[in-house]
Amino acid sequence: MTRHVAAKTSDIPPGGNKVVSVGGREIVIFHANGEFFALLNRCPHEGAPLSHAACVAHLHSSEPGEYKRSRIGELLRCPWHGWEFDMRTGQSYFDPAHTKARSYPVIVTSGGELVEGPYIAETFPVTVDESYLLVDV
Amino acid sequence: MTDVLDRTDEHATPQKDGRSRLKIIDCDIHPSLHSRDDLNAFLPKRWQEHLKTFGSHIRNPFTSTTPYPRSAPLISRRDAWPPTGGPPGSDLAFMQKQHLDPFDVEFGLLQVLDLGICSQVNLEFGAALQYAINEWQVEFFSKPDPRLKASIIVGQDDSVAAVAEIERCAALGRHAQVNISPRANEPLGRRKYWPIYAAAEAAGLPLGIHVGGYGGHAPTGSGWPSFYNEEHHSNAQTVAAQLSSLVIEGVPERFPKLKFVFIEGGFGWVPAITWRMDQHFERFRSEVPHLKRRPSEYVHEHFWFTTQPSEEPDNARHLRSVIEWIGIDRLLFSSDYPHWDFDDPRFAFKTPLTDAERRQLFNTNARAVYNFD
Repeated sequence: MTRHVAAKTSDIPPGGNKVVSVGGREIVIFHANGEFFALLNRCPHEGAPLSHAACVAHLHSSEPGEYKRSRIGELLRCPWHGWEFDMRTGQSYFDPAHTKARSYPVIVTSGGELVEGPYIAETFPVTVDESYLLVDV
Repeated sequence: MTDVLDRTDEHATPQKDGRSRLKIIDCDIHPSLHSRDDLNAFLPKRWQEHLKTFGSHIRNPFTSTTPYPRSAPLISRRDAWPPTGGPPGSDLAFMQKQHLDPFDVEFGLLQVLDLGICSQVNLEFGAALQYAINEWQVEFFSKPDPRLKASIIVGQDDSVAAVAEIERCAALGRHAQVNISPRANEPLGRRKYWPIYAAAEAAGLPLGIHVGGYGGHAPTGSGWPSFYNEEHHSNAQTVAAQLSSLVIEGVPERFPKLKFVFIEGGFGWVPAITWRMDQHFERFRSEVPHLKRRPSEYVHEHFWFTTQPSEEPDNARHLRSVIEWIGIDRLLFSSDYPHWDFDDPRFAFKTPLTDAERRQLFNTNARAVYNFD
């Protein structure tokens, strides 16, 4: 596993996402509730690009007529067939034991730390006064 | 564990072992009007003004949406909205780039859902609209991209106008099938629809029956369901009822050269209804003496089923069994592009198929049904 500099934090507004090429793979990074989450940009079902997913809340119901929303904006609903995944882990909501989108660890770090190493920016220059997203692939 | 496969770009990749890729025939592609004004070239001024003033009216509880909101805007994949604006399916160049080219679509059958042509209540307006939409498909899609085959879509409540439109289009030879809706006022086997079948048979064109439409009845035999979740699979119930109606009323017996293609109704239900029809044929033979053969024989000679939405049983071997029970020769691949329940030809069948079976399902079955040679 190698750590890559994938994007600037300022590239991705809250509720948005960015598709990046990291280690030859198409990765999508989401920004939700102040955190960043990286997944392979591909649904495990039929391959839809998750960058087009709707970012929705976890909606659950204890009985008909009762419902509760939580973790608003942290569930991905696939743009094709609507399968839902937890953007934090890639775990699917409907079949957590068997179906999973591939997720990758993301670390936020400052340009100053990056310049000192040990990580090297692959694709763009790093400046000390920005913060960056590192993805382990 | 089902996990993701890596890929380097968003398009289809060649097969890993270097075999040449199979060109596919996609039996269900939905084009859309970029704007209703696109029909003006084919619609008399009188009906242009009608469309602007009164709109389209089908037997549906609402005039500008479906009774069941369908989970995704315009029922479509969220990645299928053209960058040039307009609804999914309205931009040919984007359809080529996103679907036809990367999947090596050799031929695609156009299925128009816009304006509910088959179900128009104002029959004169319906006749004008069917002419316009049948011309529009050719001018906007088939001519610029000959891979895309237009369908003669007709309103089945006016069989006189439908027959005239089938004959008009057939004489020009630019369409690949006749389209009607499975949700009509009466079951499709009823005699009021037979003139349409006679015209399709005389033209040598298959009859494509794409799910959808509202014939004034609830979408299920037990009434109006509560959720889109239920309504979506009522498509299978509807086409199962229509298969039974067509066979038991003797339509294949009366029109022996006519081919029927059920589109977007899935196929998992086919074995059960066919077995049951055979069982009842033995028991109630004297009620339907016009049937000369077992219902399953008519099904196996006259009917084909497009695959999307493909069945996805938990155990993939069960899908294999269903395919064997129906017969791989009855199945035609369809993607439903650009709708949300699209099937990707690479991943839609979660069971192994032999090379020969893949050729049949993705290409040669449809090639024979639609005479693409």
